[in-house]
Amino acid sequence: MATKEIQPVEPERGAGVDPATGEYRVLGQGQTFKSVTEKISRIVLTPNTPLGWFALFGLGGAVATFLLVAVTWLFLQGVGIWAITQPVAWGFAIINFVWWIGIGHAGTLISAILLLFKQGWRNSINRFAEAMTIFAVVCAGMFPLIHVGRPWLGYWLFPLPFTMNVWPQFRSPLLWDVFAVSTYATISVVFWYMGMIPDFGTFRDRAESKAAQYFYGLLSLGWRGSARHWMRYETASLLLSGLATPLVLSVHTVISFDFAVAVLPGWHTTIFPPYFVAGAIYSGFAMVLTLAIPLRKFYHLEALVTERHIDNMGKVMLATGFIVAYGYGMEAFMAWYSASHWEAFMFWNRMFGPMGWSYWVLITCNLAIPLTTLWVRKLRTNVAFMFALSLVVNVGMWFERFVIVVTSLYRDFLPSSWGTYRATKWDYMTYIGTLGLFTALFLLFVRFLPMIPMNEIRLMLPGAKITPKATAKAGD
Amino acid sequence: MPAREGTYGLLAEFETPSDLVRAAQRAHADGWRRMDCYTPYPVEEAAEAIGFHRNKVPLITLVGALIGLAAMFSLETWISVLAYPLNIGGRPTYSWPAFIIPAYEWTILWAGLSACFGMLALNGLPSLYHPLFNAPNFRNGALTDKFFLCLEAMDPKFDLSETKAYLQTLEPTSVVEVDY
Repeated sequence: MATKEIQPVEPERGAGVDPATGEYRVLGQGQTFKSVTEKISRIVLTPNTPLGWFALFGLGGAVATFLLVAVTWLFLQGVGIWAITQPVAWGFAIINFVWWIGIGHAGTLISAILLLFKQGWRNSINRFAEAMTIFAVVCAGMFPLIHVGRPWLGYWLFPLPFTMNVWPQFRSPLLWDVFAVSTYATISVVFWYMGMIPDFGTFRDRAESKAAQYFYGLLSLGWRGSARHWMRYETASLLLSGLATPLVLSVHTVISFDFAVAVLPGWHTTIFPPYFVAGAIYSGFAMVLTLAIPLRKFYHLEALVTERHIDNMGKVMLATGFIVAYGYGMEAFMAWYSASHWEAFMFWNRMFGPMGWSYWVLITCNLAIPLTTLWVRKLRTNVAFMFALSLVVNVGMWFERFVIVVTSLYRDFLPSSWGTYRATKWDYMTYIGTLGLFTALFLLFVRFLPMIPMNEIRLMLPGAKITPKATAKAGD
Repeated sequence: MPAREGTYGLLAEFETPSDLVRAAQRAHADGWRRMDCYTPYPVEEAAEAIGFHRNKVPLITLVGALIGLAAMFSLETWISVLAYPLNIGGRPTYSWPAFIIPAYEWTILWAGLSACFGMLALNGLPSLYHPLFNAPNFRNGALTDKFFLCLEAMDPKFDLSETKAYLQTLEPTSVVEVDY
């Protein structure tokens, strides 16, 4: 094993390092079944909600009202209140949709793909990463729905037998999106809820108030930890991971088809599916860090979400960041190698045109800053730095979608149909409102649901080791 | 169904998973079949010890996946070819490559739902009441840090006092009688 060859690090790195491997420990030392259970269930079952929680929840809720106002006005006035027009017919709605969905992908990657790869360290972070996925999909799903103009007819997207005998067009990527995103949302919720069933059982047994006992008792479905149940449960979890893995890869692939299937310079490219998926995971890991770093500090979870997690997430970001860099490079290369006048002009305009600044924001935030600093282990385990970096990457990934959508559209083939794009206050309010909604939902999750999977953490503790029969003596 | 009264079984409590697994292996070797282990996290060895090796969740998932695949692909074909054929530049109505994506998504959707709900159905969940919740010590740690072995009264070998004495030989922390 490669990790064995790493020399033990100098003692200044602190107690978090395991001298046997030279790596940071996945869990802090001295944890037992009881201590882990108590630490996690105390956050939820305490009668005293911290004041900071109320402050943040109030803030998130206040920001979410922007969304309410903006969407109400949208329904009254129509999509004309947004900046979308010809030639930029897709604006913030699609940018935000892709950005939010991308963020969600890290949650599925952590819960499904890393489970298949037997990455035990994921256990501490998978539950709130999954919660992040679901809330991100909630925010994402709203945008296409309000973008259709008449959202009360949104059900036309589904193949339902209408009286007027109109059926959807199954050759359109926009319809593929409907199936990809709705399946993704459903499977994510199922996976998330199923993971929490045993932990709800723990809460039911530990809750002191009658209301909490009923609430968690119902949610736990009567889970009692039978060995037979556990085996079927483990099989189902493994199968769901195996299913969620191709699903998560397909979702952003299908979203990239929305662009790639169009015959438009800047969109019509085969690099889009892998580049979108890698970008999604890149931004998603950034968002996991944005959430995990304040959470572990606020709730004193340093023993469960350790430097090892932050370090590993930094490594994943480094790897996916380079795939994204390859995507950018390949776009530039194809603009030249295709020898297409339109491709070359589009790319030149993307870099040096009137909106060229957005391309350089993207290059700075996604490539220049993270891909130079993430090599350094000292920086990868520096919590403050990683928090700042995660915000930078989130901004960069938002600009990536801005660049793809806007700079490919605003210079049409004929100069007579050139235009520009300047988002209106309603665009901004809708976007900022979803950030508030996301924050509020996430805080509710942290307060009422088990944010770290207790049953999976128990499995990683030294006490879970089964000693062989030969060494078993009476009374041990 | 047996009458829901009397004794459900005898519940032995253990401190560590290893103690539980050894006790379960012994009880299984001694001919006990109506038995179960209760642990706060999945202990594969405990399921092996009580002779539970295979389950039907994968089969249910496969069936669900095939239903989802067939349902969506035939729906697409029926809509595009028969119910609402669109002539777009004379292109074929049966354009199956475009149908793959929704069919693929529905394969995963149905498989995932079958895995989850199939698992719950096989486990007999939701069942908010279970006799074990009557045991005084069960809810005090079965899902935190305690390990339980239950020998059920349905087993033909079951006899209240003999089984109690037998369980004591497995060196549990305690043995309690569980009523319906």
